[in-house]
Amino acid sequence: MLYREAGQFKTSYSADQAIFSIAQDRWFVMIVLLLGFVGVPLVANQYLYTEVFIPVLILSIAAIGLNILTGYCGQVSLGTGGFMAVGAYAAYNLALRIPDMNFILVFALSGVVAMLVGVLFGLPSLRIKGFYLAVATLAAQFFLEWAFARVKWFTNYAPSGSVAVGKIELFGFAIDTPDRKYLFVLALVVVMALAAKNMVRGRLGRSWMAMRDMDIAAEIIGIRPLNAKLSAFAVSSFYIGVAGALWGFLRLGSWEPLAFDINRSFQVLFMIIIGGLGSILGSFLGAAFIILVPIFLNQLPHLLGIPLSTAAVSHIEFMVFGAMIVFFLIVEPNGFARLWAIAKEKLRLWPFPY
Amino acid sequence: MIRKIAGIAAASVLAGGTLGGPALAQNEQFIPHLVYRTGAYAPNGIPFANGVADYYRLVNARDGGINGVTISYEECDTGYATDRGVECYERLKKKGPTGAAYFLPLSTGITFALTEKAPIDKIPIISMGYGRSESRDGAVFQWNFPLLGTYWTAADIIIQHIAKTEGGFDKLKGKKIALVYHDSPYGKEPIALLQKRAQMHGFETLLLPVTHPGVEQKATWLQIRQNRPDYVLLWGWGVMNSTAIKEAVAVAYPRGKMYGVWWSGAEPDVRPAEGGATGYHAVTLQHTAGQFKVHEDLKKYVYDKGNGNAKWEETDEILYIRGMINAMLGVESIRTAQAKFGKKPLTGEQVRWGIENLDLSAARIKDLGFEGVLKPIKVSCADHEGARTGRIQTWDGKNWKITSDWYVADDNVIAPMVKDAATKYAAEKKIAPGCLTN
Amino acid sequence: MLGPILETLIGGLLTGVLYSLVALGFVLIFKASGVFNFAQGVMVLFAALSVARLSEFFPMPIAIALAVVVMIALAYAIEFLVLRRLVNQEGIILFMATLGVTYFLEGFGQTVWGSDIYKIDLGMPKNPIFVLESVFPGGLLIDPSELIAALICAIMVVALAIFFQVTRVGRALRAVADDHQAAQSVGIPLNQIWLMVWAVAGIVALVAGMMWGAKLGVQFSLSLVALKALPVLILGGFTSIPGAIVGGLIIGAGEKLAEVVLGPVLIRMFDLAGGGIENWFAYVLALMFLLVRPQGLFGEKIIERV
Repeated sequence: MLYREAGQFKTSYSADQAIFSIAQDRWFVMIVLLLGFVGVPLVANQYLYTEVFIPVLILSIAAIGLNILTGYCGQVSLGTGGFMAVGAYAAYNLALRIPDMNFILVFALSGVVAMLVGVLFGLPSLRIKGFYLAVATLAAQFFLEWAFARVKWFTNYAPSGSVAVGKIELFGFAIDTPDRKYLFVLALVVVMALAAKNMVRGRLGRSWMAMRDMDIAAEIIGIRPLNAKLSAFAVSSFYIGVAGALWGFLRLGSWEPLAFDINRSFQVLFMIIIGGLGSILGSFLGAAFIILVPIFLNQLPHLLGIPLSTAAVSHIEFMVFGAMIVFFLIVEPNGFARLWAIAKEKLRLWPFPY
Repeated sequence: MIRKIAGIAAASVLAGGTLGGPALAQNEQFIPHLVYRTGAYAPNGIPFANGVADYYRLVNARDGGINGVTISYEECDTGYATDRGVECYERLKKKGPTGAAYFLPLSTGITFALTEKAPIDKIPIISMGYGRSESRDGAVFQWNFPLLGTYWTAADIIIQHIAKTEGGFDKLKGKKIALVYHDSPYGKEPIALLQKRAQMHGFETLLLPVTHPGVEQKATWLQIRQNRPDYVLLWGWGVMNSTAIKEAVAVAYPRGKMYGVWWSGAEPDVRPAEGGATGYHAVTLQHTAGQFKVHEDLKKYVYDKGNGNAKWEETDEILYIRGMINAMLGVESIRTAQAKFGKKPLTGEQVRWGIENLDLSAARIKDLGFEGVLKPIKVSCADHEGARTGRIQTWDGKNWKITSDWYVADDNVIAPMVKDAATKYAAEKKIAPGCLTN
Repeated sequence: MLGPILETLIGGLLTGVLYSLVALGFVLIFKASGVFNFAQGVMVLFAALSVARLSEFFPMPIAIALAVVVMIALAYAIEFLVLRRLVNQEGIILFMATLGVTYFLEGFGQTVWGSDIYKIDLGMPKNPIFVLESVFPGGLLIDPSELIAALICAIMVVALAIFFQVTRVGRALRAVADDHQAAQSVGIPLNQIWLMVWAVAGIVALVAGMMWGAKLGVQFSLSLVALKALPVLILGGFTSIPGAIVGGLIIGAGEKLAEVVLGPVLIRMFDLAGGGIENWFAYVLALMFLLVRPQGLFGEKIIERV
């Protein structure tokens, strides 16, 4: 009833190929965008901006990136943290060494740098796959982490190895307050998510999915593994690199390689598994879930007025988080994206299920 | 996306709930504390956090707060991770009637991150015995207070002591001094000073980083065995410290030639190594272990009532006492600020003035029950450190024993370095140096 | 120069034995059930914590016996609560589930046993011994506790080999590893076998945890040894027990030698801020090897062109 596509006819090819071919979807996206750009700034306070919205949005970009590689192309990677670090340090050095460069360009170029590194570390995927590849990408993670801690040039010879960024300006606007940062990130997220959605619907995305579903069959129908896999690594690393640069500049402000350690890789991987492999929407849902749950768990005893020691709260947070991961995997291994699809299916018939 | 919105709604409820908080009485000074009672650094984080918490309790129970303003205190567990620390900071900075009085980040990495945020939020950061060494320059780092000593101070005192045992600075020529350090901003801080001193006296430095969390040090110590440095300085934290001492035993490196920073010189660092740690030295942040006058009140007002966080026998340990010192300096800063701004809950900006004008005389320290723990300290805009003294203590297998006289870090060496680093930082950040006056 | 290199080699090999032991736990489970069990590291921690804390109340042998019971109970819990409900899921889902288990156990272990540094006192000698002092200046340093640990590991491996080759359960395990469906069709109960494998992996974790813990003390960070064992897996193959052992030795020796010999050279060449290359060197070593021989040292040759 609510979600009925009956009566919506597609009368042109372009209508048939639209991203959101159903009016309800279009409305829904419009409302979400409106909420994001207008609604949130009306109600959010600084804490919500800096600890909820900005991290969720930035890590959504990383999750989209990893989802392209893992969800669409089937190559499991545990090197996300390392590639984010490449983006962050590339952006730091670009902003430092080329003064007055437009920050859009800085972030884009840092994505390109991450892309090149990603392709390099993607080469082994031509020979190995599955868990062997996953562990092999750990080589990237540890090597990159090490390189940023050791090679002094990357940190501009900072004695402590920690780098701090200056002010960010865009077309004369200083992006310094949380709401401006939020709007900037949101705009970037919308553009990048749209680009990703279109990419995975196109020829490139289909070649990735073919590679994921059965590599030999894909090869037989004329998809070159080299192109498909490396392009997935390239696009994925670009997204992850941009996310890393944003994470460093807009979220942390000052960081050390430890900010991009292996736990970051696992965190992003959790996001796409919980959110849904092979789904752009899932990347958002997963990111929101993984960021919000620990914050929520950490504050829950406090909110309920249960007097628990700080240590107990942390331990419980670990336990509940772990248990929730297992629980969700058991209940719905295909993630939130699948739940969403089921919900849509239900809404289509509701309230008359037959 | 319904879920996303539901999530956001939940978050706003939760964040709103926290920021508003359970209704706080108006006459309360809110003080947050970033701790780690869990994870790889918990063995050292727990006693420190206990000391801080118990001292606030003592002040509330004995004096009814600071001049009648009760302390409301909240911990937030960071697990020593910078992003968690920043989240805690954002969550707690506005709590209470006047916001957070000050933050104790208890991690050099988090201190680095908060240094960028503190001037915007106008909340001072007390990093007692840690943090950025150049942040003692109060004209540039207006909101940072590395009270009682920075890592440059620590390294300088150790080098002075080594020179003294060798029989003069000229004897250091041709010597080899290794630094085994935690591979983070914390561990890297002393390098600049060591290199400066190495240049001055002609000794050689050997830098050996240990990756977080520091359980894997075999290669490090094999290198030490191969290079046979004359001294090893240890800049570790958490489980890394005891591991280092055990590995030193395993390669038969003499413990008497090892010097730890004050974060590598407490009971959890040496006890797991049992007899192996005998003879190991560490520089002190002035104090060592033991029972002091303040413990009488602590027993009477807190522990006899069953309100203590630790076990009573743990209260004379080094990190616990350090926690109490840190809390005491915070409380006295607020008291100083109250003299100017009135006996009411103060804002972070007002407390900052109090820290910058903190002046504890020997008599006042005696009144507070910290005689024998602390020497007089006087903070000023030019000097956010307030004191630069320390002694060397040695583990005799059962207890830490002071084995040297007082040393004062050589400001002829350190001051120019602070100046350079602070100027560079100010230029990078486009800060115009200057003292705040309130 | 030869002396230090030889010393590093010995030290590396002895460390490698411990890596092998952790890797062995991974291999056992992967072979039998296709689960890439990331929780192996936290199982090592949990086992070691159990022994350490229980030995405060009981004499050591009883503490160890109780810890074995704890590990079997843990294996049962994981099998019953997690794996049984995820049958037929893809490998990556199972992997994520074990990551969830890892988080849970990290919190649970610290709640039950505490987060301090605890001791396991097996009465092992602490001081090093020096051999061949006439040949090398200063002699060759050998850590006797590591030597004992290596010996115990060797015994463990032999015992496992006998268990797999001779006993009825062992034969069933190998059958399951070779072909799940065939094994099931001849009447081997899969669930029981998986339970058995997890229990054995738990006991292997216990031995690894005790050896490591006796030397360095038991603390939360012990769970990170899992990461050190991963390159062993790619080098040795996910399914090969000899691979895990030989791989562990190669990785152990390789990374220590790289750190001590190659590290200073790299620092001088690139003006680095310190060495610490052992963390990635093992992975790169394994990766290089993999490019030449994708199935690992002794991995099964699945002909799979990619």
